[in-house]
Amino acid sequence: MKITGAEALIKALEMESVDVMFGYPGGCILPAYDPLLKSSIRHILVRHEQGAGHMAEGYAHVTGRPGVAMVTSGPAATNLVTPLCDAYMDSIPMVAITGQVSTSAIGTDAFQECDTVGITRSITKHNELVMSAEDLPLAIRQAFHIATTGRPGPVLIDIPKDVLQNSMTWHWPTDEEVQASLPGYHPTTKGHPRMIKEAAKLILAAERPVLYLGGGVLKSRAAEVVREIAELLNIPVVTTLMARGAFPDSHPLCLGMPGMHGTAAAVTAMQKSDLLIALGARFDDRVTGKVSAFAQEAKIIHVDIDPAEQGKVRRPDVPIVGDCKLVSIEILKALRELLDGGEVQADIAPWRSRCSGWQEQFPLSYEPSAPGAALKPQFCLEQIRDHAPEGTILVSGVGQHQMWSSQYWHFDEPYTWVNSGGLGTMGFSVPAAIGAKVGRPDKTVWAIDGDGCFQMTAQELITASISKIPIKVGILNNSYLGMVRQWQEMFYGERYSEVDLGGGVPDFVKWAEAMGCVGIRVDSPEEVAPAIERANSINDRPVVVDFRVEEFEKVFPMVAAGASNDDIILPPSQNDRREYLR
Amino acid sequence: MSTYPSPQRHHILSVLVQNKAGVLARVASLFARRGYNIFSLAVAPTEDPQFSRITIVVDVEGTTLEQIVKQLFKLIEVVRISELDPQKSVERELFMATVRTDGENRGQIVELANIFEAKVLAVGVDALTLSLEGSPEKLDDFEELLRGYGIVELQRTGRIALPKLDREAHSRAVKGKAS
Ligand SMILES: Cc1ncc(C[n+]2csc(CCOP(=O)(O)OP(=O)(O)O)c2C)c(N)n1
Ligand SMILES: [Mg+2]
Repeated sequence: MKITGAEALIKALEMESVDVMFGYPGGCILPAYDPLLKSSIRHILVRHEQGAGHMAEGYAHVTGRPGVAMVTSGPAATNLVTPLCDAYMDSIPMVAITGQVSTSAIGTDAFQECDTVGITRSITKHNELVMSAEDLPLAIRQAFHIATTGRPGPVLIDIPKDVLQNSMTWHWPTDEEVQASLPGYHPTTKGHPRMIKEAAKLILAAERPVLYLGGGVLKSRAAEVVREIAELLNIPVVTTLMARGAFPDSHPLCLGMPGMHGTAAAVTAMQKSDLLIALGARFDDRVTGKVSAFAQEAKIIHVDIDPAEQGKVRRPDVPIVGDCKLVSIEILKALRELLDGGEVQADIAPWRSRCSGWQEQFPLSYEPSAPGAALKPQFCLEQIRDHAPEGTILVSGVGQHQMWSSQYWHFDEPYTWVNSGGLGTMGFSVPAAIGAKVGRPDKTVWAIDGDGCFQMTAQELITASISKIPIKVGILNNSYLGMVRQWQEMFYGERYSEVDLGGGVPDFVKWAEAMGCVGIRVDSPEEVAPAIERANSINDRPVVVDFRVEEFEKVFPMVAAGASNDDIILPPSQNDRREYLR
Repeated sequence: MSTYPSPQRHHILSVLVQNKAGVLARVASLFARRGYNIFSLAVAPTEDPQFSRITIVVDVEGTTLEQIVKQLFKLIEVVRISELDPQKSVERELFMATVRTDGENRGQIVELANIFEAKVLAVGVDALTLSLEGSPEKLDDFEELLRGYGIVELQRTGRIALPKLDREAHSRAVKGKAS
C-alpha cells in the first residue's frame, strides 16, 4: 500500500503509542498536519514552540514515556532549542519532529531554512535529517528507541517537506531491523558481577556511608529497591534536585537535598562520609561545590548507565556501568548473600546519630513575618504543601522559588517533582506543568513560579484554558529576579544591577483573567490558606495565584559558587551553632 | 621544526563509524564542544562500505583521553574505538611540498629526495614539488631539511594507522559501549 511520508509519520507515531503531542504548524511541516486530522493522537496547539518542548518534557517527567513535540522549520526549530538542551541536560526522553525545506532547496538559504540538525547536534542524544519517505518509519522507531533506552534524552528528526509529500510503501521495521540499523548502540544495562560484589563488600565495611541518589534512580524506576537497600542497612540517604521524591522526605533515613541550597545535614553528611554510594547521580558542580574539597575521605561507588559519567568529575573506587534498578537489585542480592554468609555490617550507629544531630540542629528555617509585614515565600509554600491533595505534582521555575519549592515541599512519592535542574531554564514551569497535567490528568498539578520566570512563558496559559488543562500556578512574586538579587547582595556588595522588576511587574491577576484563568491576588498571611483552598477547588480552568511576598528574603543554607561544602552558609539564626557541623 | 605531540601524550584513536552523512561533523563538533584538541584526523571508507574509519591523533593526558573515548562512544554512529599504541602499530602519512630552488641547488634537493625515497612530482623553473609517504617521524625529518631551501607550500594528510601484525593484543579495544 502506498501512502505519503506524512501519513507514514503519523502512523509511525501511532505505532509508537503516542497519545498526545505538543506542536505548532507552519510551512514545511504542513503536510503532517493533514493526516493528523484523522489520527487518534491528541495534538495540543501551543502558543510558542518553546512551550511545546517544555510540555513534552513535563509529560515525560511524570509518565516516564517520551514526550513528543512537532514544529515547523527555521524559527520554530530554533524556538525548540532551549527545551531540547534542557531535556539533554536532565536526560528527559523526548522526540522532536521538525519540518525542513524540501530536499532540493536544502543549502540554498531558502525561506525558513536553517541547519536544524547542525544547531541541535550537541544538545540532542541523537538527531537525523531524513532524506527519503521510505526511511521515515525506521527513523521514527530509532528515535523512540534511542530516546528511551540507555541514558534517556531528546532525539530530533528533521523532515524535508517533499519527504512528507512523497509516496512510499509502508513497512514497519522489526526490532531486529532496528537493532541492525544501529550497530554502534548497545547500552550496558547489567552491572559487572565482580564490581557488584566489590560494592557490596565496601557498603558493609563502611562506617559512614551515604546513599547519594540522582535522577537516574527515577529514570530507571529504582526507588523501591533503593529503599530496600537503605532500610536493610540503615544507610542515610540524600536526594539531589533531580531525585527529589526518589526516597520519601518523611523517612527517618532521609537527610534531604544536598548541594548549593541543600540541607546542612545532607551537605555535611556527604562531606564527612567514608563511602558515597552514587546511584544515577553525576557529581554536578552544584552538588560537589569545590571538587577538590568534596567528600575527601569518601570512597566512591558510582552506578550510572552512562560510562562517560564514571570518572568525569570524581574517580570512583568501584565504577558500575548499568541501569540503576538492575544494578541495585543485584547489589541488594549481594548484600543479603554476604549477610547470610555471616558477614556483619560495620557499626554505623554513631554515624547515624551524628546525622540525626545535624538534622536536629540545622532544620530548614526562616524567620516568620512580623505582624503586618510582608508575606514570606516559604510560608506560602508550606501552606500550598499542607493543603495539597495527596499525590500532588509540584513543578517549578528557576530561581529562589525553585529552591524553596525543593526545600519546603515534602516529597514522598517518585514522579511528583518536575523541574529544570541541569540547564536552569527560566520559563520552564508553566508549560512543563501543562505537560505534566496532560500526562497525569488524575493529579493536582501546582506550578510554583517566579515573577521573572512567569513572564517568559505565561502565554501558554491560554493553551491551558482552551485545551482544558486545569493547572494551578502560584507566583512567588517578590518583584525581583530574586536569585540574582541574592547573589548581588551577598557577593557584589549589595550593588543591585538590573534585577528590580518592581517598576514593571504586570498585574498578574488581570493577565490570568485575560488568558481565561482565574486570578487571585494574595497580600497577607491570612489570605494565603483561603486562596489556596479556592484554587484547589477549581478544576474547570487554570488558576493563577499572585502571592506578593517579601522582596529581600534569601535562600539558606547556601554554598557559594566554587566554595567548599565545608563553608556552607547557614541561616543567620543558626550561626551560633556552627560548631555542631564538625 | 617538528610540531608533533610528545610521545607520551600523543594517542591514536582508530574509530570505526557508520558510513552516514554528518558523522564526521558529529565527531568534530564533539571535540569542539568538550574542548578537546584534534591534532590530526584522517577519514576514509573501510573494506566494508557500511563503515568508515576515522583515525584521530589527539594530544592529551590519560584522564582526558578516557573521557574523549567515552564521549565518542556515546555517538550513536560510532561502532568501535581502538586506541593504537604507537609502539605496537604501524603509522603512515603522506606529505607533499613545493620547495623553492634557485636552479643551482636543484640537484641537492633531488638528492635529498632520493635519500628519503621521496618522489619528484613536478619540476618548475624555480620550484620542485615532492611527495613522501612514510612514518610521521620520517616526514618530520624530511620537512626539517627542506625548510632550509624554503618551502612554498606544504600539505600533510594526517596519519593513518593499523595494529602491527606480529604480536598479540596490539590494539586495546575499549569495551562497554555507551548509552
Ligand atoms: C532563561 C534564563 N535566563 C536567565 C537566567 C538567570 N537567572 C537565574 S534565576 C533568575 C531570577 C529568576 O527570577 P524569578 O523568576 O522572579 O525568581 P526568584 O528568584 O525571584 O524566585 C535569573 C535571571 C536563567 N536561569 N534562565
Ligand atoms: Mg522574583
